[in-house]
Amino acid sequence: MTAANPRAWLRQPWLARIGVIVALFAFWEIAARWWVDPMFLSPPSRVFASLQAVFETRGVPAALRLTLFELAVAFALSVAIGLAIGLAVGLRPFARQSFMPIVVLLYGMPQITILPLFILYFGIGPASKIAFGVSHGMFPIILTVVAGVQNIKPILLVSARAMGASRWQLFRHVVFPHMIPSFFSGMRLGMTGVLLGVLLAELYVSTAGIGYFTTLFTQNFDPTRLLGLIAVLAAMAIVLNEIVRRAEVHFSRWHTE
Amino acid sequence: MLVWRRRMRLPDQHRTRRLGSRSVQAAFLLMLLVLWYLATTRWRVSPLLLPNPALVLRDFWDILRSGEFVADLRVTLTELALAFLISASSGVIVGYIISRSQYRIRVFEPLFAGAYAVPIILFLPLYVLFFGLGPASKIALGATISFFPIALSTIAGFGYVDKVFVTAARAMGASDYQLFRFVLLPAALPVILTGLRMGFTVALLAIIGSETIASLAGLGHRIVYLAESMEMAPMFAYIVFVVAIAAILNTLVSALEARGKRLR
Repeated sequence: MTAANPRAWLRQPWLARIGVIVALFAFWEIAARWWVDPMFLSPPSRVFASLQAVFETRGVPAALRLTLFELAVAFALSVAIGLAIGLAVGLRPFARQSFMPIVVLLYGMPQITILPLFILYFGIGPASKIAFGVSHGMFPIILTVVAGVQNIKPILLVSARAMGASRWQLFRHVVFPHMIPSFFSGMRLGMTGVLLGVLLAELYVSTAGIGYFTTLFTQNFDPTRLLGLIAVLAAMAIVLNEIVRRAEVHFSRWHTE
Repeated sequence: MLVWRRRMRLPDQHRTRRLGSRSVQAAFLLMLLVLWYLATTRWRVSPLLLPNPALVLRDFWDILRSGEFVADLRVTLTELALAFLISASSGVIVGYIISRSQYRIRVFEPLFAGAYAVPIILFLPLYVLFFGLGPASKIALGATISFFPIALSTIAGFGYVDKVFVTAARAMGASDYQLFRFVLLPAALPVILTGLRMGFTVALLAIIGSETIASLAGLGHRIVYLAESMEMAPMFAYIVFVVAIAAILNTLVSALEARGKRLR
């Protein structure tokens, strides 16, 4: 079809998608150059040219490293805690019935209201960011682990038992493989939560992380470097999300086949 | 006989079991409260870290009775209403326009899904720079964050209506309006309502969040203000208050959603 009509490739959706993005950037460029006060917005050309300057600002590379470290630790802790609680609660029907409503209740609570408490208990350093990230990241992981354990067909458990599987073997060869797909979708949701939690805490108060620099650039009316920093962080978030999403697709393949 | 007996026993067993888990839940919550109380009275945890639950309860009643929350609540609810109004109308309209052609769906849906995956809270400093510390930056952020779930679910609702229904309605001579009113809308409404509820929830979180981070008024601001002046008991009381408000709003919206789904 593409060969038959030489102009058909112009109608490809991905091309139009790039066109939309280019148009948005062009609009931003024009708006920033001619309409908006340069105190508040700078054009994308200048923002991308200034990325170098952002990285050369004293403390910014260290702040980015610190934020990445907080994200990594918070994510690892969320996965470990979420998996442990999820298995402890999910594997016994009675525990599930008793504690799941509490987990759902806590998950539904607007955790942002207790952010000042986290700062109070864990200080204004990285610890409070990590703790707040964990508080956002672990609940989706608990929920999906429980859902994954719950969906195992009882017949598989019964037959493995009948064939003399020990508790550990039951877990290793029946429960664990069946949990994998939902576990990875839980990790994806957990990553979204960790990003939200850590960034919220960073923006709230920060002495050395990126929150310090976003405040600094805002107060100095330096939109060029602020936009540059936000662009770097957004790219970081997209890459982290993409890694977890790829892992999810990769590890849940066996289930759909 | 055996089948009959099992049938008779099952509901009963079920009930005792549910009673059991209810009492575990109650015991768990009670234990938390007792631990909290003991921590503040017997183990001498500083009242600057953890206030006495009785004090918190007293302050909570004080807040409710004196009505000092009204000003902050009004600010937050106004911001929420405006943000949701903007995102709901623009999300549904944009979503509807996109959903009218398969080509447009394939162009825009991945773009919106991609933007939805970025933590938009990152743009808060930028919004504060544009719109200032007042309500405008909160409204803008709440509207931006809740636009994407609403637009995406509108696209999903209108875009994937079974072609057979559309063709059949057209064959029976339906006008554009009739097609929209009696085929497209009833098919899409449940998905759109779910999207609106999700949008409402994230808008509420975004607004309380941005009030916490940088603001001049509102419930989030009040909590931060009390935290910074180390007035722990009123601060805990306000946290309870905000959590209760959020729970009430979410319940209300879920009820409206369920009602709207039955309405069609």
